[in-house]
Amino acid sequence: MGTKIAVAVDDLTVAYNYKPVLWDIDLSIPEGVLMAIVGPNGAGKSTLIKSILGIIDPIAGSVAIYGKPYTKQRDKVAYVPQKGSVDWDFPTTALDVVMMGTYGSLGWIKRPGAKEKKLSLEALEKVGMLAFKNRQISQLSGGQQQRIFLARALVQNAAIYFMDEPFQGVDATTEIAIINILKELRKAGKTVIVVHHDLQTVPEYFDWVTFLNVKHIATGPVKDIFNDDNLTKTYGINYKVAVQQ
Amino acid sequence: MRYARKFAVLRKQSLLGDAISHAALPGIAVAFLITGAKDSNVLLLGALVSGLIGVFWIRGITTKTHLKTDTALGLILSLFFGFGMLLLTYIQKQPNANQAGLDKYLFGQAATLVESDVLLMVIVTGISLLVMLLFWKEFKLLLFDKNYAMTLGFNTKFIDGLISFFIVLAIVIGLQTVGVVLMSAMLLAPAAAARQWTNSLSTMVILAAIFGAFSGVFGTAISASQNNLSTGPVIVLVAAIFVIVSFLFSPERGIIFKQIRLIKNRRDLQLKKTLYFMYDIVRDHDDISRPHAIRILNSFQGFTKKTLSKLEEKDWITIQGQNWSMTEDGFETAANLYNNNLPES
Repeated sequence: MGTKIAVAVDDLTVAYNYKPVLWDIDLSIPEGVLMAIVGPNGAGKSTLIKSILGIIDPIAGSVAIYGKPYTKQRDKVAYVPQKGSVDWDFPTTALDVVMMGTYGSLGWIKRPGAKEKKLSLEALEKVGMLAFKNRQISQLSGGQQQRIFLARALVQNAAIYFMDEPFQGVDATTEIAIINILKELRKAGKTVIVVHHDLQTVPEYFDWVTFLNVKHIATGPVKDIFNDDNLTKTYGINYKVAVQQ
Repeated sequence: MRYARKFAVLRKQSLLGDAISHAALPGIAVAFLITGAKDSNVLLLGALVSGLIGVFWIRGITTKTHLKTDTALGLILSLFFGFGMLLLTYIQKQPNANQAGLDKYLFGQAATLVESDVLLMVIVTGISLLVMLLFWKEFKLLLFDKNYAMTLGFNTKFIDGLISFFIVLAIVIGLQTVGVVLMSAMLLAPAAAARQWTNSLSTMVILAAIFGAFSGVFGTAISASQNNLSTGPVIVLVAAIFVIVSFLFSPERGIIFKQIRLIKNRRDLQLKKTLYFMYDIVRDHDDISRPHAIRILNSFQGFTKKTLSKLEEKDWITIQGQNWSMTEDGFETAANLYNNNLPES
């Protein structure tokens, strides 16, 4: 694990209609971790990712990616939104969606060419979806749609990956396939930050964890801080989870 | 111009077209009041400006207040249309012979189009086409996944504005032909029809353009052959026929083929259920081809004469008088029926 700080969040506060969703978040994520963000519904997990990525404007605070503002570091960051955030009836194919991952490096107006197509096909192969490249996206299962989203982020070849509930509504096979890809990314020195719901799998999947419930509760290695004390602080009730060491 | 319309459909903002076209009316009236002339270019410029103001306000209402988009659309539509009608009535009462014919913008009057109007349409269509080809990638990205487009560093407000501008432009240009009231149908109908036939965005755009063009040509031809038919409504009706036909007969999404597939699947399932029931009986015996009475199938609801003959047709069973017996082939099929996640039909 590197000692460099990949993502630093400073005094971040976000509010919808005067109600704070995130309150004064200070958070630093070291390079090379596979980190889960956990917390109850409405804790602001997705909002945290979205405000780091500049999709939501915070009312206060700042975010640094490798010490510089996000707008200067876009090429280092890839985003996997929630599967439910787009209309899967949109008339396009799996390959076409994955190609969108190359749009950022292409910039305005320039069209993707042979090189971009090759990269996209490689990403599709990595997620085991090459056979579905020409499939209309509405005809993919939920798990397959999630893999397409993951492939689109892989194409970006970023240093930091933000993923919003990639395991939501996918079957066990897809879940294992996705977590293996995430572990590979970590092995390659990338930082992976995942909004996660299933507390049972946190010790098994992740090596780093952030507890969040509007306020930042704790961040650290899973083996040190994933305990009843922090779970109780985050979820409000005495939450017993067997921590597998 | 025709290309802008399918973006409205894909944005699920079908009502936007209706609101914009109604919002254009006061612009026409104000342009006439200021210049006092009926030069269509000037009037359409007025329509463009008030259409854009309408869009701007709709945006403002939805982002700055808690009102939902449809409320904002309804509000702007009725407000602008009401104001436009008020101005038209006022103009009509003016002692000025010039005002006659302004009401053609309500329902459109293709017959009054002159060469310069058509030229304007061609130019605007050309520009729209060019912009669409240039920003194709950006438009697609924004329409599919706006947040993702933001993280890639695209200025989504600019792309959004560009799409809105060309939707307004397309509507304003169509006003002379189809009119304020029916314009949104022209915006949506060809795109909705085209969506039924294809799963590719580019094909959909081309198809929508073709449907739109045909509606225009056929509609004009029909209205020209009859004395008292105004062109705009006839064009819209032709477009509506395209939609109805597409919704019924398109092979993948059409209602009729969907129903046929449903019935076929149900029959197929029935057949396999019966086969599996037979398999259940047969597998308790050593000899799979041992005959059994058809009668014993009675306790099972899925059995009919037709299913039996279908099963025999497929060589899964043979029938001898009142008895049936299973073939090797049938036994194997039944044994593997539920092994795959999705039995191929």
